[in-house]
Amino acid sequence: MSTSETTIAKSSYRLSGHTVKRLYNFSIPLGTAIALLLIWQLGVRIFNVPIYIAPAPSDVADIFYREFPLLMRNFWPTFMESVAGFFIGNLTAVLIAIAFVHSRLVERAFFPIAVFINTIPILAIAPILVLIFGPGMTAKVVIAALICFFPTLVNMVRGLQSVSPQALELARILSASKSEVFWKIRLPSSLPFMFSALKIASTTCVIGAIVGEWIGANVGLGALIIESTFNFRAPLLYATVFISSGLSVLLFVSVTIAEKLIIRW
Amino acid sequence: MNAVDKSLTQEQESRIIAASISEASVKFGTLTALRDISLEIDSGDFYTILGPSGCGKSTLLRLVSDLVPPASGSVKIFGKSTEAARLAREFAFVFQDSTLLPWRNALKNVELPLEIGRKRNIKLPTGDRTPHELLELVGLKGREDALPHELSGGMRQRVAIARALVCQPKLLLMDEPFGALDEMTRDHLNLQLLDIWKETGTTILFVTHSIPEAIFLGQKVLMLKANPGRVKDVINIDLPMPRKIALREDPSFNNYCSQLRKLLEDC
Repeated sequence: MSTSETTIAKSSYRLSGHTVKRLYNFSIPLGTAIALLLIWQLGVRIFNVPIYIAPAPSDVADIFYREFPLLMRNFWPTFMESVAGFFIGNLTAVLIAIAFVHSRLVERAFFPIAVFINTIPILAIAPILVLIFGPGMTAKVVIAALICFFPTLVNMVRGLQSVSPQALELARILSASKSEVFWKIRLPSSLPFMFSALKIASTTCVIGAIVGEWIGANVGLGALIIESTFNFRAPLLYATVFISSGLSVLLFVSVTIAEKLIIRW
Repeated sequence: MNAVDKSLTQEQESRIIAASISEASVKFGTLTALRDISLEIDSGDFYTILGPSGCGKSTLLRLVSDLVPPASGSVKIFGKSTEAARLAREFAFVFQDSTLLPWRNALKNVELPLEIGRKRNIKLPTGDRTPHELLELVGLKGREDALPHELSGGMRQRVAIARALVCQPKLLLMDEPFGALDEMTRDHLNLQLLDIWKETGTTILFVTHSIPEAIFLGQKVLMLKANPGRVKDVINIDLPMPRKIALREDPSFNNYCSQLRKLLEDC
């Protein structure tokens, strides 16, 4: 009885020691952030800055709390567009990368076009896509997909080509077929490259969706940003920006967790 | 002529040729890597291959294993073409770098040759030993689940050897497999390789750049010379088997060392 109690006490002690260390590591950036917010709050209050020019953090927090249903109503469309764009853009990039690696001709035919499309600023191409696809969700998904596409294509081609020459010799000695080389060697070796691309895409797809909503939309975080700017509702604008960055973080963390689970080497 | 023929047929009855290379040359563009190599390797022999760098030691193994085609001449493995031998998994290759797939654990890496070709119904020679037993044979029992990055260089190379043995090859081609390892690990693996050779009865062609290793392992040392790569000499190593590390202190061992060093200098 007493021994089991001491074990529990010991283990909980060890656990708390671990937690303390983690809290300590976490507390430095958190403390810095809180200090900066305090400086901001004091600066706004001391210099009497009008709320429509720069709201204090407390004003933003207040709006965040009061307008939470409005923020969420606009969060979900942007979330859907970002995620749909993320999947469509990356899937297309991966498939085209596979085609490039398997056929020199396809690569030579399409790579310059891919580079050209990538050089068009997303802000310039977004209105064109809105004209083509109309004011619905489709245009935003396409813009989000487009912004994900190029980094993933380039990384994926590199990843699929990253197989060591000896691994290919091994495959030849085992008389592996092209599809066996692809599934058993090329694709797994490209995964670390793919995940670095997906991490980039997880944040840029949100940018794509928001840019699309700027051009023409009634709902979504992009639309809310435009609306609150024109109505001088600065606290709501700040709260929307905060939610937008939260969406990016959410997607980034999801990709990072997936990477940790899949890539163990 | 007749007498020679007779003695040949008599010999052929008693011996099986693992690899027969006749007047084979290999060219890379305008560069001749190997010229007029003729060689017969008996089944069950342990050959080590020595030579100055760039003499085509690795190319010779790649020629035998159907990785590079001969520009002229021919290569037969157990009487078959190199391609037929490759498809029948008559030989296996161990590279200098273990070439393990980093996302597969030790056991899965050993099983790789069994997975490839299974869907296409290629008939694979299955050995008496399961992948588990092969890992035990190379001294890695209990490390089946370890990923390559969790293993030391020597252990990775042992996994590679187990993978090479999984289809019970009659010919094992090894391209400086212990070249990147420290001396202690290397000595240990040399002994282990001799045990494996004895137990499996396979034929081994072993490229090395270490004279002591060539003598310690080989029954015969094939000496190549460079520019272009040709056979300089085949030296029989008459040292008793099984060999022990202490053999390296033996005067006869040292005699072979100096003999081979002189030959290498002449290359």
